[in-house]
Amino acid sequence: LLFMSIKSPSLLKLITAFSDSQSTGKMTTLTAKDKDRVKTFWAQVSGKSEDIGSEALARMLIVYPQTKTYFAHWKDTSPNSANAKKHGITVMGGVADAVTKIDDLKAGLLSLSELHAFTLRVDPANFKILSHCILVVMANMFPEDFTPQVHVAMDKFLSALALALAEKYR
Amino acid sequence: MVEWTDFERATIADIFSKMEYEVIGPAALSRCLVVYPWTQRYFGNFGNLYNAAAIIGNPLVAKHGTTILHGLDRAVKNMDNIKSEYAELSVLHSEKLHVDPDNFKLLSDCLTIVVSAKLGKEFNGEVQAAFQKFLAVVVNSLGRQYH
Repeated sequence: LLFMSIKSPSLLKLITAFSDSQSTGKMTTLTAKDKDRVKTFWAQVSGKSEDIGSEALARMLIVYPQTKTYFAHWKDTSPNSANAKKHGITVMGGVADAVTKIDDLKAGLLSLSELHAFTLRVDPANFKILSHCILVVMANMFPEDFTPQVHVAMDKFLSALALALAEKYR
Repeated sequence: MVEWTDFERATIADIFSKMEYEVIGPAALSRCLVVYPWTQRYFGNFGNLYNAAAIIGNPLVAKHGTTILHGLDRAVKNMDNIKSEYAELSVLHSEKLHVDPDNFKLLSDCLTIVVSAKLGKEFNGEVQAAFQKFLAVVVNSLGRQYH
């Protein structure tokens, strides 16, 4: 291993990074830096939370039409409908709440997880889809602030949020 | 055979006609390396990738980002035959470069986000849908020759 490392510094770095992440759980656990970045960015954009939510939900319905299957009970599933707008606001409210519970998402989102698991039964693959749309909207509305560093922190946060939301599924 | 609406064709043509390759390419690739650090595995000889700042400032990353983005040009020029356009490149990525095709999706997500930031209001839901459909077809074609 040492010989390989001497030959390839990047391999050494990869091994070190891997063992670091095994001990600190960087892939799915939010580091202090991540949380800091999320909270800071959220403070900057929370004033537009409703717009972000409505935009993200609308885009989800347009770009991933299969997601409309969850809203068959709406008379109007078009992205600009009142229902869609309102729902985007509701969902983003959940994200805002999750920011305040960032230190223990599993506990903080317990009742929301039960709702999604037993009542809504949204396939968790869709959490990834909506997260992507949220990131696209954030980049769109805050191009200067949504740096790669903020992006990775937000992506990790939304992934952790989705994981906590899926906790009660099975 | 992929069906493209007039809107989709016009949207893709428009986006690429004003594409700043030397800005968007580097931004997309460096973002990918930062957000999905395991993608750095393919760039062992690119020098300093030790932190976000190093990645973003790395000239080899920038150059390669531009190259990759120009790689999309052939699809833009021949939207009705993307699969055959990328057959050779697919073989290259599989047999010579040994790139896990999942990475194509990661990069295309980053490209979407960078373009979204650049175009602002113009990048609405319908435009996003067209852009993502285009990238999905390219990604699919690039993975086609893997075995």
